[in-house]
Amino acid sequence: MATRLQFENNCEVGVFSKLTNAYCLVAIGGSENFYSAFESELADVIPIVKTSIGGTRIIGRLCAGNKNGLLVPHTTTDQELQHLRNSLPDQVVVQRIEERLSALGNCIACNDHVALAHTDLDKETEEIIADVLGVEVFRQTIAGNILVGSYCALSNRGGIVHPHTSVEDLDELSTLLQVPLVAGTVNRGSEVIAAGMTVNDWTAFCGSDTTATELSVIDSIFKLREAQPSSIVDEMRKSLIDTYV
Amino acid sequence: MSAMDQDTGMFKVQQTIGSVLCCKCGVPMPPNAANMCVNCLRSEVDITEGLQKSIQIFYCPECGCYLQPPKTWIKAQWESKELLTFCIKRLKNLNKVKLKNAEFVWTEPHSKRIKVKLTVQAEVLNGAVLEQSYPVEYTVRDNLCESCSRFQANPDQWVASVQLRQHVSHRRTFFYLEQLILRHDAASRAIRIQQVDQGIDFFFGNKSHANSFIEFLRKVVPIEYRQDQQLVSHDVKSSLYNYKYTYSVKICPICREDLICLPSKVASGLGNLGPLVVCTKVSDNITILDPRTLRCAFLDARQYFRSGFRSALTSRQLVKYFVFDVEAPVGEATVGGQKYALSYVQIARESDIGKMFYVQTHLGHILKSGDQALGYDIYSANVNDDEMEKYRLSVKNGLPEAILIKKCYDEQRERKKGKPRAFTTKKLPMEMDESRGARVDPEKMENEYEEFLRDLEENPELRFNISLYKNKDYQESETASMTDGEGAPTVPIEELLAELELSEEEEEGNDEEDMDE
Repeated sequence: MATRLQFENNCEVGVFSKLTNAYCLVAIGGSENFYSAFESELADVIPIVKTSIGGTRIIGRLCAGNKNGLLVPHTTTDQELQHLRNSLPDQVVVQRIEERLSALGNCIACNDHVALAHTDLDKETEEIIADVLGVEVFRQTIAGNILVGSYCALSNRGGIVHPHTSVEDLDELSTLLQVPLVAGTVNRGSEVIAAGMTVNDWTAFCGSDTTATELSVIDSIFKLREAQPSSIVDEMRKSLIDTYV
Repeated sequence: MSAMDQDTGMFKVQQTIGSVLCCKCGVPMPPNAANMCVNCLRSEVDITEGLQKSIQIFYCPECGCYLQPPKTWIKAQWESKELLTFCIKRLKNLNKVKLKNAEFVWTEPHSKRIKVKLTVQAEVLNGAVLEQSYPVEYTVRDNLCESCSRFQANPDQWVASVQLRQHVSHRRTFFYLEQLILRHDAASRAIRIQQVDQGIDFFFGNKSHANSFIEFLRKVVPIEYRQDQQLVSHDVKSSLYNYKYTYSVKICPICREDLICLPSKVASGLGNLGPLVVCTKVSDNITILDPRTLRCAFLDARQYFRSGFRSALTSRQLVKYFVFDVEAPVGEATVGGQKYALSYVQIARESDIGKMFYVQTHLGHILKSGDQALGYDIYSANVNDDEMEKYRLSVKNGLPEAILIKKCYDEQRERKKGKPRAFTTKKLPMEMDESRGARVDPEKMENEYEEFLRDLEENPELRFNISLYKNKDYQESETASMTDGEGAPTVPIEELLAELELSEEEEEGNDEEDMDE
């Protein structure tokens, strides 16, 4: 179920937080409300880590990650890196990359299986992404914008892209990503989807300006209505047991 | 789905615009900059916010003008283009949005409301351009404009007046001036024209109008004038003075056909022109002719008013003479376009045919024996003129007994008596001065006017600057023109203008022919 919240009276929650299936990063905010909103939703399921990257609070746009790993830019300080390594679960690999385009959150849109990358990303970075995050990397543009990380919010079950994406592009991306995609908006018609919301497989957080229509679109495309954290875990357990057997 | 792009040879994928849901109402729509459907956008954003929706304008019911503050009044018809432009100009803040269209919405004229529907375009949110129509209501308030209110307060309110005077006993000059003014439309801006004894008063609403009228007068008659002003009101705070200006204009008293005895200074100044001279033409100069030497001189206004001499004998004192014998011309001259011939004639007064005079005259070219002529009877006249007396005493042989001025056509006119003339003249809208008592004798005026018309007939050069109109009642009588050997001079038909009549069925054009001279 999608939740509406604000970070210090700002609706761009995707900027100040990063949500994946294994962990959640939040910025160090002025009030605890932001943090407690995440807590109430995610409490015992995944760890919620308060951090800064490079001394800034715009952590959602600076780092990119999924349940396998987390990539942070070269501006991250050693203390922050250490803090992240300590707080996150052991299976999550935290890697600092030397990359000219340091706003990794804007350049990379990823879920647990596939990632879209900025067309000008280094070859090495692409390899690191494939390696650390365990995903297949595709260099793409969305509606003519190269900042794929900003204009696309992706989870394992669906995705929302820039509203001006043409039907053909939508089909192409959908085939690449193997998830259903929809062109939509968030935060009352804002086109920068990933900045306005953050999503994982069972929950999503949007800015408080998001209208009911947008919320219903988000709910339907990310299939949040049926999703409960326990069911995911159960499903995972089932499959685990299957393979075990 | 994919198509070859012919122009650049590049492989371009066909792009179909998808549809997103409007973020507010959820209706599917093509994506736009605001990602809201038009209705939601309109409900969200009002681009007409901050624009004036109702405003007051002032209208003068007398002259139909609208006020543009601070002082200009613009004339405009109801629901006209000028009114629309004016209404839009009065709106403030309209430069913040782009005006696409403006039109009037019908309102009842007596409702004192004007409704204008404006369509404006403005940019909202993230660059989406929104177009919106809205009505503006103008409340019309009646307010007399300054000139109308001044006029209402006192309809006789004039700012400048020109008092035109000529101190002679007849009104010929004023008749002639009247025709000239009509022809040149010089008094079109006069508020009022009043006829007074020995002159005419013109009242204007503007000092410059009076000035231009005086400039016109100066070109046609020799005048001398002075200007005076009277303080009407004084605004202390802004130091504005409101005056009434009066121009006192004196026309020179010398008229055509006057006999003048020049003062010795003037005569010697003009090259010893014989002190007895006849005035032949008055325009902006005075033309004087010495009948004995056939020499001509011109005096302009300044020269005249420096000496300011008066005529000794005027056309009132003309006496009829019979011409018995005209001798061959001794000398001929052409002065000022007019031919003159000096010859001796034998004449006698009509009143006293027995007494014959043998005099010299300059009209030798037109007089024949048996003619009648008009002239000044110096022999028996009692002239009240100092210069004349001085001259009489100084000259050895005495003054000439008579000076003939013009030929008389009375006999010929007798035959045409009672028949209407071929032409008519127009008149200025003058008021008679009632206040001073009926000093003006209507019959005298009639006679004078008749004389003036005769003058016009006889002198083509007088007609030069005047418009004469065809008399609709006049029928050309074939017989009359056949039988006279020599008819009275008349205005030839070609010189007459047809009156312009504008009627629904037909329009008579103005056939203006070329004027002689």
